[in-house]
Amino acid sequence: MPAAPDPVVITFEDVTKRFERPDGSGVFTAVDRLSFRVTRGEIVAVLGKTGCGKSTIFNLIAGLAEPTSGRIAVDGQDPFGAFAALRGKIGIVFQGDRLMPWRTALDNVLLGFEILGVERGRARKIAQDWLARLGLAGHENDYPHALSGGMRQRVSIARALSVDPTLILCDEPFSALDEMTARRLRAEFLRLVRDSAKTALFVTHSIDEALEVGDRIMVLQRPARIAFEAKVGGEIAPDRKAMLRSEIMKVLAGDDQSDGGVD
Amino acid sequence: MTGALSRNRVLQFIVGTAGVAILWQIASLFFPDYLFPSIPQIVTRFVEIATTASTQVDVLTTAARILAGLVGAFLCGVVLALVLNKSRAVEAYLTPVLVLLQGIPALSWVVIAVIWFHGTEFRIFFIMLVTTLPAFTFQILDAVRSMSKDLFEMTIAFRPTRWTLFRVLVLPTVVPGILTAWKVNIGNASRVVVVAELVGATGGVGYELLRQQQLFDMAGALAWTLQLVAFVLVFQGLVSAIEAWALRWRPKSERAI
Repeated sequence: MPAAPDPVVITFEDVTKRFERPDGSGVFTAVDRLSFRVTRGEIVAVLGKTGCGKSTIFNLIAGLAEPTSGRIAVDGQDPFGAFAALRGKIGIVFQGDRLMPWRTALDNVLLGFEILGVERGRARKIAQDWLARLGLAGHENDYPHALSGGMRQRVSIARALSVDPTLILCDEPFSALDEMTARRLRAEFLRLVRDSAKTALFVTHSIDEALEVGDRIMVLQRPARIAFEAKVGGEIAPDRKAMLRSEIMKVLAGDDQSDGGVD
Repeated sequence: MTGALSRNRVLQFIVGTAGVAILWQIASLFFPDYLFPSIPQIVTRFVEIATTASTQVDVLTTAARILAGLVGAFLCGVVLALVLNKSRAVEAYLTPVLVLLQGIPALSWVVIAVIWFHGTEFRIFFIMLVTTLPAFTFQILDAVRSMSKDLFEMTIAFRPTRWTLFRVLVLPTVVPGILTAWKVNIGNASRVVVVAELVGATGGVGYELLRQQQLFDMAGALAWTLQLVAFVLVFQGLVSAIEAWALRWRPKSERAI
């Protein structure tokens, strides 16, 4: 009988990340001895002001940056060190769509499959299916410049989810869209993530978005450390939502440092 | 819109060229042939060169020299650009050297090559290489540096192998810059190769131009020059066709005309 998968997908243990200041005037700390865990199937919303280190945490989990100290594990592997071991296990939806302008919508979704070496015919079928699920049937052969902002972000969601990753990272994925499009896309995205019981870390600076998306909310203060944490899970009663909103506002209002931060 | 612009340009080119030809033909009525030969004389010589096997060898020899020099300079430029991109220290020391090379006239390289080397072909290759290398290096370096950090991070997040990263991201990013570099350098190379062939070569368009000068044959000189111009136009047309295919994803308003 195969061993049950580790219930913990993301582990942060005493993680610190420092950067050299661009002008050479020393270092600044973006993440300070941060520890948390994300369990399988959980959607965690990470909330904080601009410059609180949200995106640094994001890059550390994605393996795009190396921690200065501490331990990070994604599905039991070091995301920076074990580069190949996590191939295909992390799907990322960025703030911008980050589509390759020289690829059609379909070819953009196929990117992950090409990197994973999936057979072309099978990959095409899955990619077309994902585009259809996201309402882009008929736009497979359109180049990004011919698509609207919302459509492009749908393609980027399809690109991230179609490879069936263990973990989905989202870095303010709907912040560049208008409110109506963002709301509709967020609902679709949540449905897809919950239907597939994926683990997700959702970085945002919007309290309402965090309350809507997360099973759990982590509020960060500069330099990235957890100042507030709450389980939300599913539909929240309006009075509890208002209370959580007020508490989060207080925490964020306390984090009034005006400089030295980093995203 | 782009099609109309393109047609306009072709029309402007034809009208401009025809205007010069008419003025030349008028001048030929008042001056001797060795100064202003008539247009039919030039055209006849051009057709003769283009249809005679022995003279076509000269044209093709020059074309081969241009392409050999450009391919050599391109490959060296790719290596140099990658080294410069990798190391800021190397860039700091090597960039002034390349700028210095750019400032040396082609004729000086001809003299240096004649003194340094024996073989005619190697001399010409060397001259072509050193005169086009700096431009290729800088243009390829620019193309590599134009790679989007956002797209790089997005691609890296899928954890590709180095080869896959090159294939899916680096190559498509640098292709527009490389094609532009080829279009620019083919024109430069055609001017340099003639200078290189003037000294020491026993064949090629430059050598033939020198012969026409000794014979005071203006019609021949112009016909040989036009052979080289035709080669450059055909080659640039070929690169443009490749460019149009490779960059077909661009919105029509952003495409080269």
